[in-house]
Order: sequence, then C-alpha cells, then structure tokens
Amino acid sequence: MLKNRIIPCLDVKNGRVVKGINFIDLKDAGDPVEQAKIYSDGGADEICFLDITASNENRDTIYDVVEKTSKKCFVPLTVGGGVRSVDDINKLLNCGADKVSINTAAVQDPIVVVNSSKKFGSQCIVVAIDAKKSGDQWEIFTHGGRNNSGIDAIEFAKKMEESGAGELLVTSMDRDGTQVGYDIDLMSKISSKVNIPVIASGGVGNLDHLVDGIKLGNASAVLAASIFHYGKYSVKEAKEYLNLKGIPVRI
Amino acid sequence: MKVTIVDYNSGNISSVINSFREVAKDKVNIEVTSDLNKIKSSDKVVLPGQGSFKSCVDALININGLVDTLNEFAITKKKPLLGICVGLQMFADIGYEETETKGLGWISGKVSKIDNQNGKYKLPHIGWNQLNIVKDSKIFKGIENNSHMYFVHSYEIIPEDKSVVSATTDYSSNIVCSVEKENIFGTQFHPEKSDKIGLKIIDNFINL
Repeated sequence: MLKNRIIPCLDVKNGRVVKGINFIDLKDAGDPVEQAKIYSDGGADEICFLDITASNENRDTIYDVVEKTSKKCFVPLTVGGGVRSVDDINKLLNCGADKVSINTAAVQDPIVVVNSSKKFGSQCIVVAIDAKKSGDQWEIFTHGGRNNSGIDAIEFAKKMEESGAGELLVTSMDRDGTQVGYDIDLMSKISSKVNIPVIASGGVGNLDHLVDGIKLGNASAVLAASIFHYGKYSVKEAKEYLNLKGIPVRI
Repeated sequence: MKVTIVDYNSGNISSVINSFREVAKDKVNIEVTSDLNKIKSSDKVVLPGQGSFKSCVDALININGLVDTLNEFAITKKKPLLGICVGLQMFADIGYEETETKGLGWISGKVSKIDNQNGKYKLPHIGWNQLNIVKDSKIFKGIENNSHMYFVHSYEIIPEDKSVVSATTDYSSNIVCSVEKENIFGTQFHPEKSDKIGLKIIDNFINL
C-alpha cells in the first residue's frame, strides 16, 4: 500500500542552511548537502529545499547546492523559492531537482504551471499555496507571505489541479512558525476538493501534529522544518511514532 | 563495459544519470547520449522517460533512426535494456495518454490511466509503495519482497501476457510495476529515487 510521506524542509539562504540540524558530529552545520544526507540516511521520504536568498546576485547559489545534493541523496528532491519561469524550472531540473515548487509565479501567471507541466510533466510540478484565514475562507498570499492576493485558496487549489500541478504544498500562514499544529480545516477542505496529493505544511510542533495532518487533514504527505532542527526529533522517531499510531509509513 | 542512458529530450534525467554514476563508480562507463553508433556499441541501454507517453514517443521518433536502433539493440541483438517509468510504458503496443499513440510494441498490451475509483485514489500515484514480487527477476537479486520503491505516475502498463510481469504494487488495483521479458527489463517505479534499494536494482542491471 502507498505510504504517507515525511518531508523535512531546509531553508537555504545564499547556499547555506539557515536553521538546521545541530549535531555534534556535523562537520559543517550550514552545509545543505550534509544536512540533506543526514535526512535521507534517516529515512526521509523526500527532501525539500526552500531557497530564501533575497538578493538576485546570489540566486545562482541554489543551483550549486542542488547539483551537489542530487549526487549524494537518492530520494526525491524538491526545490522551491524564487521559481519564476519555465527557464528557472529547467535549470533546477537539469541540476538534479526532481520536483520544483512554484508559489508567487503560479498566482501571478498561472500559465507558467500549464506550460511547465506540459513541458516537464505534472510529476515534477508542485504548486505551493500560502493561505491565511480571512473570515470563513482562506486567501492566498504571495512573495513569501507578504502580499495578499485576495484569491480564495480552495478555488485556487482546484485551478492549479486543472492547470497541471502534480501536487499541492499547502502552508497555513496563520500557523507557520507557531508550532501549534497544522490548520487541519484548511488541509482537509483542500484535500477533499482536489484529486491530486496534498502536502501539509506550517505549524508542526510535535509528532502528534504530523498524525493529525494525515488522519484529520487527509494530507498524503507532511512537511516539517523546525521539529527536525536541532535534533528535537529525528525523521526516524517521527516515522516510528506515525507507525505506532496506525499510519502507513516506509520504515 | 559501457552502459548508455538514452538522452532523447524525454524530460529530467539528471537523477538517472547521478544514480547510475554512483553505482558504476569507475568500473563501468556510463554514457549519456542519443548518438546511434554509441548506442549500438553499448553493452546495455537505459531508456528513461518522464512526461506523457505521447511526448516521450514523439521525442524518440524525433531523433532520426533512434527507434530502429533501439529495436536492433533490444529485439534483434537481444542486449539488455532497462526502461524506467514512461521508458517502460513505451514497451507496450499502444498508450492512451493525451491521445492514442503507438508504442514500441515489445510487450503486447496497452498503457491506460489508473482507475481512481471515482476519486477514492489520488492521482498521480506519488510516493513510496511496496513491491509484490510475482516472479524471479534478475534485477531483483538481493531485493526482499515488500521493499519500498518510489513511484510517480498516473498511467499503468497492462500486458496481455502476464508471464512478463515480475512485480506488482497495490494502488487501486494490482498495478504492474516491473516486467522482465528475456533481455528486456522495465520498472514503473524510479530506482534512481528509491534510496539504497533502488541503487541495488541499478547495480543488478549493470552487473547482468
């Protein structure tokens, strides 16, 4: 049977991990390649890099990181952050990324999703939806959560499925960084409206939150960053816990 | 020994190249090319494939003489060939993704969309699923039954002759996820993305 996936996410800035695993035996705590290898050796089902490099002149650092990582890690690698065009996607895939996540560009110019999924296949196109609760609905934010587009998140999710996205990475802006758990309502609503897999993101503080994301949020995969940082939990511990709670995982 | 990964603009093949080079180390020469003479002189060929059945078949046909060269390699000379994902699907007579498209016809059968049972199963089938090994295959040497492999696809190959099927995986129904017919091997899953077990399958193929 198909297993639910655990995806650790690393924030990368100017080619360096911003927050990462803090192990004593780690030679270079800022090296994304080494961190990704620890995750994949620990049983991560996929690895995600979020490039948060702000300046354009350092933008190319991510390509080098992806190239080196893909020679060491033999699980799927997703890269997001600053992906604007079919050309950007092409470059990342050529460097060894398996999937690319598109956020702002998908909102501003949904044709990018149509064209890139046609060109490279839906399997490598992930649309990242940053949503924030507004009354009884959720609205999509762009530019790393700074700009409100006013677009309804659920309608947008359906549109992205039609446009050719292979997966949706749904982040609750309200929960991101709070460690109080995923926005279950948001995850389950989107998951029930689309037929493509949903990856839940934003707000994980403990292992029960991962369980909830899958059991209550109906997510196919759960993405988390901070709980894996500084060794709070290992990917292995997370998987064993999910297994104990009756969630099918790859162990 | 020389193993050639056929580069025919079938989408992203970086991971396939990286994984084969990782396994081959310095012992085996891994070529990445669409040069017909280089393919002909190879000991083994890998046929990757991403995107749709139609786009991959179109890309094959677009390279003058490539289909004939592959036919000669795999069918006439019976040298080992491994198809991955759509690379495997193209072994069939016909595929139905986008539009009805003729395949290589090496394995009688068709490629159809996975039955999602009215939305009960999400498509694409993405993630780690288990191998149910139904017959001994040379590429499964040292691979335990129920091992996890990484999948990402919405279409499945349905061979007419079930004796070519070496493994299935359970998603909506028993999906054919690996075939072996004489010298022709195919995996629906991505060994290049299936961690150490996937690399073992690649190693098995290289060492055939």
